[in-house]
Amino acid sequence: MADTRATVLADIKNSRSKKASDADRAKAVAERLSGRPTGIIPKRGQLKQSERVDLFAEMATKVHSSVVKVKTYEDVPASVSNYLREHNLPAELIMGSDRRLAKAKWAAEKNLTIKKGPSDGQDLVGVSHAKAGIAETGTLLLASGSENPTTINFLADHHIVVIAAKDIKGDMESAWSSLNKKDDQVEMPRAVNFITGPSRSGDIEQKLLLGAHGPRALQIIIVG
Amino acid sequence: MELTSHNLKSNVKDALGNAQLQKALSNVPKGFIDKRAKAAAALDEFEALRDKGREIKDHTLANLDLYLQAYEQKVIENGGHVHWAKTAEDARRIALEICQKHNAKTVTKGKSMITEEVELNEHLLENGIEPVETDLGEYIIQLRNEKPSHIIAPAIHLNQGQIEEDFRRVHTHLEDDRDMSEPETLLAEAREVLRKRYFEADVGFTGANFLVAETGSSVIVTNEGNGDLTQTLGKVHVVMASIEKVVPTLADCSQILRILARSATGQDMSVYTTFSTGPKREKDPDGPDEYHVILLDNGRSDMLGTEFEEMLRCIRCGACINHCPVYHSIGGHAYGSIYPGPMGSVLTPSLAGVEKAGTLPNASTFCGRCESVCPMRIPLPKMMRHWREREFEQHLQPKAARYGLALWAYFAKRPKLYRALVSFAMPALSLLGGTSKRISSLPLASGWTKHRELPAPEGRTFMQAWAQREALKQEAK
Repeated sequence: MADTRATVLADIKNSRSKKASDADRAKAVAERLSGRPTGIIPKRGQLKQSERVDLFAEMATKVHSSVVKVKTYEDVPASVSNYLREHNLPAELIMGSDRRLAKAKWAAEKNLTIKKGPSDGQDLVGVSHAKAGIAETGTLLLASGSENPTTINFLADHHIVVIAAKDIKGDMESAWSSLNKKDDQVEMPRAVNFITGPSRSGDIEQKLLLGAHGPRALQIIIVG
Repeated sequence: MELTSHNLKSNVKDALGNAQLQKALSNVPKGFIDKRAKAAAALDEFEALRDKGREIKDHTLANLDLYLQAYEQKVIENGGHVHWAKTAEDARRIALEICQKHNAKTVTKGKSMITEEVELNEHLLENGIEPVETDLGEYIIQLRNEKPSHIIAPAIHLNQGQIEEDFRRVHTHLEDDRDMSEPETLLAEAREVLRKRYFEADVGFTGANFLVAETGSSVIVTNEGNGDLTQTLGKVHVVMASIEKVVPTLADCSQILRILARSATGQDMSVYTTFSTGPKREKDPDGPDEYHVILLDNGRSDMLGTEFEEMLRCIRCGACINHCPVYHSIGGHAYGSIYPGPMGSVLTPSLAGVEKAGTLPNASTFCGRCESVCPMRIPLPKMMRHWREREFEQHLQPKAARYGLALWAYFAKRPKLYRALVSFAMPALSLLGGTSKRISSLPLASGWTKHRELPAPEGRTFMQAWAQREALKQEAK
């Protein structure tokens, strides 16, 4: 309600320690929002591209993701099929309309059934393409949209995420910059999911249990 | 929130005598402390990032009104709705109105301390709407009709056997003789039961770890994935967050995220960190049709400009709780507030008043571990001292404590008298200790001697020892 809004804002304004003038404060806020100063970037991820990919794989493995590397997008379907066989999974999966995924020659995997679109919760395996990776923590950045529906990230039992090696950045700040920009500002998709390993819970006696409400397994395929 | 903090003493007694609870609590220091220490040590920049986090929050709090308005504008630009709530009652009313507008029958909930603070579940139930907690820990305590005993591990006071009993009691559609001896089975069962609920829910409620002014995004940080299913699958996503959750930019948020998970669970990053910006867009295949944010004040604006302002930097990681020897002994429920441990002992009196929660800041040994691990460098012991002073000023302590302190102060202000008394008392106590040098009962000190023996003082008083030391020094010269 408009009245409550005014009350809350006035209460904040009146209680705070009055050090700066309103004009100075407005200027400081505008500057911060447009300047977006970068803070401290950990050295851990500041590496050459190839070392960065290795660190990413190492950190991702530490948090119970599994990582494989393939040379080109053409190798992706076979890699996915392998994963399904190794885990005794039916040859079925769901994915969005991601262009890089679409380019891979899925037809070569004759037994594979591919559903397109968002997940309704009945899918054992989902395939997505990440926008970026973060070497610092072994994290994937996925953006919502028809290319990579958000529901696939959380409803599939096995989530297979494909990422281009060149999209693996050192740190979170660099990963942000891989999203589209308008006037130098990030254009936020409806949802940005940073994913670091398969879902887990420690709610029963602090024991680490994988596969809480989201995927039980996270397979990362690095291309390039 | 309903408080039973005034019962602290009897709550503590019950907690100490509760064998199940004591067994569960023994897990707290084992897990959290070691993991946090390792994660912090593994990042060279960790201490510098704590300074940075403090700086970001201090800057934001100094301009909170402006950042909230900037945030609101962005949410609206992205097609979302912002509602302002001065009190818990406002927040409950707004939440209910949104649910009623969509004829909601059930709502799912991601883990949110703010909805606990305003007692949203009770309010929805009274109005015929079923709230379903989806975080495993929250789900378990909802089945037990309990409150969380920890802000990030709500069911940490329970053992596996108790959870098994609850699941057998409630999940009656499953076979009675099923094997539930492994924790994995319990988790799988909860996953199965809750899966359906996400799809049935009309509204999904989440809290927010951060609100980003630059983009109008709400951020949740979780491990289970339930928060994301809640906010993705509900037709309407409602974020309930307190006003101090706002940070200026994505860059600022990224800085604080680096210290949040490490301080909380010792993870470099939690499994899911999600930035939500508005409702489903035109070409989106999934996501909520409506996106609402309820911004809650509930006493926080009153903390600005006071000695408790720094508490508003808190990012609810739980590190102070995990490291608190008092919490390790009594668990969360004994505090009688949904915010336990050191952060709760500072926050609860701020939100509920020192009259109702003034006993809490006394539940501290002032060992300082909380401040030493707080990622936002909040001076928690200092603030608890402030509350104790206020409690004293407002004559809220028991008479025995007040008169005892007054008596002590009388002597302390008269050093000669104090020394004379002590130089008499020390040998007397020493005598009382006998050959074992322990005192097993002492008038006025039964609170101590009932549970353990008091070591008898040996030798001289400090002043006597000091005088002798100085004299020896002089001689040596």
